[in-house]
Order: sequence, then structure tokens, then C-alpha cells
Amino acid sequence: MTLKAIGKNSIAVTGIVIIGIYLLTIALSFFWLPFDPVKMDVDHLLEPPSLATGHLFGTDEFGRDILSRIMKGGFVSLVISLSATAMGATIGIAMGTWAGFLGGRWDHWLMRLADVLFSFPSLLLAIFVMAVLGEKTWNVIIAIGIVYIPQFARISRGAILGVKTNDFVRAARSNGASSSFILFRHLLPNIIVPIIVQISLSLSVAILLESSLSFLGLGVQPPAPSWGNMLSSARKVMVIAPWTAVYPGLAIVFLVLGFNLLGDGLRDLLDPRLRNLR
Amino acid sequence: MGRYIAKRLLSLIPVLFGVSVIVFFLVRLIPGSALQMYLGTQVEATPLQMEELKRIFGEDRPVPLLYAQWLGRLFQGDFGYSLRTGRPVLPDILQRFPISLELTILALIIALAIGIPQGILASLGRNPAGDVINRMIGLLGLSLPQFWLAALMVLLFSGFKGWIPMGNYVGFFEHPLRNLQMMLLPSFAIGVGLAAVIMRYTRNSMLEVLQMDYIRTAKAKGLKYRVVILRHALKNAILPVITVAGFNTGYLLGGAIVIEEVFALPGMGRLALYAIYQRDYPVIQGIVLVIAALFVLVNLATDLVYAIVDPRIRLDDAGRSA
Repeated sequence: MTLKAIGKNSIAVTGIVIIGIYLLTIALSFFWLPFDPVKMDVDHLLEPPSLATGHLFGTDEFGRDILSRIMKGGFVSLVISLSATAMGATIGIAMGTWAGFLGGRWDHWLMRLADVLFSFPSLLLAIFVMAVLGEKTWNVIIAIGIVYIPQFARISRGAILGVKTNDFVRAARSNGASSSFILFRHLLPNIIVPIIVQISLSLSVAILLESSLSFLGLGVQPPAPSWGNMLSSARKVMVIAPWTAVYPGLAIVFLVLGFNLLGDGLRDLLDPRLRNLR
Repeated sequence: MGRYIAKRLLSLIPVLFGVSVIVFFLVRLIPGSALQMYLGTQVEATPLQMEELKRIFGEDRPVPLLYAQWLGRLFQGDFGYSLRTGRPVLPDILQRFPISLELTILALIIALAIGIPQGILASLGRNPAGDVINRMIGLLGLSLPQFWLAALMVLLFSGFKGWIPMGNYVGFFEHPLRNLQMMLLPSFAIGVGLAAVIMRYTRNSMLEVLQMDYIRTAKAKGLKYRVVILRHALKNAILPVITVAGFNTGYLLGGAIVIEEVFALPGMGRLALYAIYQRDYPVIQGIVLVIAALFVLVNLATDLVYAIVDPRIRLDDAGRSA
């Protein structure tokens, strides 16, 4: 797959453009924000969006600028999403490849463990883990990461089992290649495709999980802004000030959409079976 | 077939055992003991009373023993008592089950009713621009946070108070019409995301089937287009869609936590959430265990339905050594 191939896929390109816009906006937030995102302003409570006041997305019930809070909260959401996916992917892939490569007893027990983790609906598992760890931003990463471990484990194990029996692996083994050489040189490069797709989908789901947790008051704690906790506090005032709920929600929708488009586009490009279909 | 079902049912036992171990020991890791939660900060207890309370709460016994005792009582239908209300846990869970079940079924109906026709249409129009737009709409459906969609709908319909009754929950058998009115928005909020998933699966599955030789044969025979699509293609394409719907049913059952909270529906998800807010350990243990068990059972049921409809699956599974 080349960059040129990605460039031709309009779905993937749209996703990359959306994610790019978010990254630039979040980078900008380190140097410049329209207003102080945590400073209260009693003279401008619940002001509707307007160019004249400079509050493009309006203000919330404490007079804080919503656009500034979305920009600041975007960094939090993105860091959580990236770190949680990295954690889930690293541990899950290690577990899955190990189980798939070694087989036997290890395979059996690791996969039973994955089955057990799979028995919890993801949000319930995340909420449960948050209750155990306590409501801190770091713990949101761990909670979502734990949700992801069995998913990555199952996918990488399946992929390893799929390539393990290929002739080129047997050939390498009969040539006297060591197990770790076969694993890193022959097996891992061949399972990278499903994993890349899973990573981009996980990034999108992590944004949704984080916002759900924060919405329920179990994730990022106020006054630090996050898209989820902005929506949570907007619940009380949204009937008289709809903009408090509309804009943070749109921020979530478009970033999640960006990751979904990228994942879907990559799947087209990487899966030869699907490529023939279009 | 009976053998297959029995085998699959037996394979559930270690999984459920593992779930119970995880639930029990994780709850023990939550900061603050059940006894502290029960007493609160206002109560002064004499040392003698504390001894007695510790004995009742099992703090004088090792955790593995407590686990064994808990498990033993579970089999007798005794899930313990809520620290907040003092009521037994299991009846409280059972009382909330029908609400979550109704929400799940309605959401599933909405999702299938939107997703399958949309998916079929998406697989038929083969112009590239329409295809891309279709896929983007599907992905957009996947990207909407349920609770945000729910909040927007509440906002939108707040002008029609008579249409969408808010406030106290009314059971289906008390007042069917009012109950359905109440459940409409929440089921829709949950159903939309699933509709997007189902649409995508229907489309992909239809595309695969439409390439088959028997479709070409059917067309060549001069059968009507509608017959070819609905009778020949859809019938074969629908199987994977049903599986996906089934697996998501389990997810809906427990995953509707946020929606139940937004609409103040007293379902199982909300019970779990408030148990966690209030650190009500026996309730947390009970409800998490029940939701996980339901989740596993629904997934198994989906597998079995699939195996009954498509005999190839059973042969496949028998062929595997594990």
C-alpha cells in the first residue's frame, strides 16, 4: 500500500482531513485560546453564540467560553484515546501473539481470560474499573485500555493462527530459524493489517467511551474541561441554552467520524477480498 | 444438535466462574469497606458493637472464604442485601429486568427496520458518488454518542410535552400506550447506532452474494428483479446480519446505562450505575454478574440460532480440535 493509494480513497482522505483539522486546532490551543477555559465570568452567563461578544459558541452556566473549553477538552480526549488504545493494543497484541504462537496450555488460559473480559459490555466494564480505581484522568486510560485488551488479543491470535501454518513459516523453521526470528520477521508483519484497522476503530470508540464516562461523572473531573463533562453540566441548562449541549456534542461526532472514516478507508485498501468488490 | 448445544452450554461454566471471581475480587479493591459505607461518618459504635458488625460483614474472615460463601449463597438465589435500602438484591434486579428487556427489543426492532432496507438499497445503487455518501451516512450513525442524541431529542421534543411523557416511569401492563410513548425516544437513541452497524453489514453481505453465480442464473432465467433481490439474494445475505444483531442485543441489554440515566428509566443499567455511585457493594456484585451472564447467554443463543440455520457452522466447529 502506498500513500498514493490512500490518496485515491476518498473515504480515508476525508477522515485524514478531519483528524488533521482537530490536531491543528488542538496544537493551536497550546499557544492561543479565545478565552480562558476555566475562568468564570458572572457578567456573561449563558450567552448565545455571537460574533459581537467574541463567544463564537456561546458561554456556559459559569460564563466560560465554550469554544475555548472544547479546544482545551479536545487535548484531554485525544490523549486519553491515544493512550488507552496504545495500552490495549500493546498488552492485547502481546497476549494474542504469544497465545497463538505457542499454542497449548498458554493459549487455552489466555483465551479463557479474554473470554471472561469479553463477558462484560464495554461501558459496564469501564464504569466498574473506574469505581475500583477512582475517578482520575489517568484511570480513564486504564479503564478503556482494559476494555481493549481482549479485543486486540483475539484479533492478533486469530491472525497469527492464520499465517502460522503457511509454507514460508515452515520453510524458515526447517532452515533453522529461531522462534523469535520467525515471530518478528515472518509472523508480525503479516498480521499488521487487521491490527491497523482495529487501532483506528479503537481510537474512535475510546472517544465515545471517555465522553460517556465523563458524562456520567466517572471520568475527567470538573473544572478540567472534557467533552463528556461539558455535556454533563449542559444537561441542567440545555433547555434555555441549547448551544451548551450542541457544540461539545458536534466536537465528539466529527472526531469520531474522522477515525471511523480513516478505519473504513484503510480496510478497503488493506483487505484484498473487499477490494474486488468495488 | 443436542450434543452441540450441551457442549456449548458446558463451555459457559468456566467463563461464568471467571466472571464471578473478577466481580467479587474487584469489588473488594474499591477503596472503603462495605462496613464503613454502611456506617457512614455519623455513627459511633462501641468496640463491642464493632466486633459484632465486623463479624456480620465478614471482615474477620479471609477473602477466599468469603468468596466461597458468596458463591454458595448465589446458587440458593441469595444475592445479599443492599447497604442502602436493606432490601434483598435479587428481587430488585428482577424487577428492573423487564424495563431493560423492553428497551432492548424496541431498539432492536428500530435498528432492523432502518438498517436492513437501507443496507439493501446501498448495495444496489452502484454509482460511486452515491456509494460514498451512503457509507458516510452509515459511519455518521456510528459516530453519534447515544447520550448526546438522546439529549438533543429531549430538547427537540420538549415543546411537545403531551407526546413524549417524561417523569415517572409507567409499566407496559399498567398503561401500554403511555409506556410505548415513553420508550420511543430512548429506544430510538440506542437503535440508531445499531441501525448503522446493521446497514453496513447488510450492504457488504448483499454485495458478496450478488456476485454469486446463482444470482446471475436467476437473472438469466428472466426472473423479476425484485424476486432475485428479495428471494435469492437477501435470503442468503441475511445470516451474518442476524448474527451481528444478536451479538449487539447482549450489548444493548447492559450497555443502555447512559440512556436509562438520561431518560430516568429504572432499568438494570441505572441500577448498576447508582450502585457504583453509592458504593453499594452487594448490589454492584449482583447486577454486574447478572448483566454479564445475560450478555454471555444472548451471545450463545445467537451462535446456536446461527448453527441451526446454517449447518456448515456445526461441522466447522466439530472439525476444530479445541
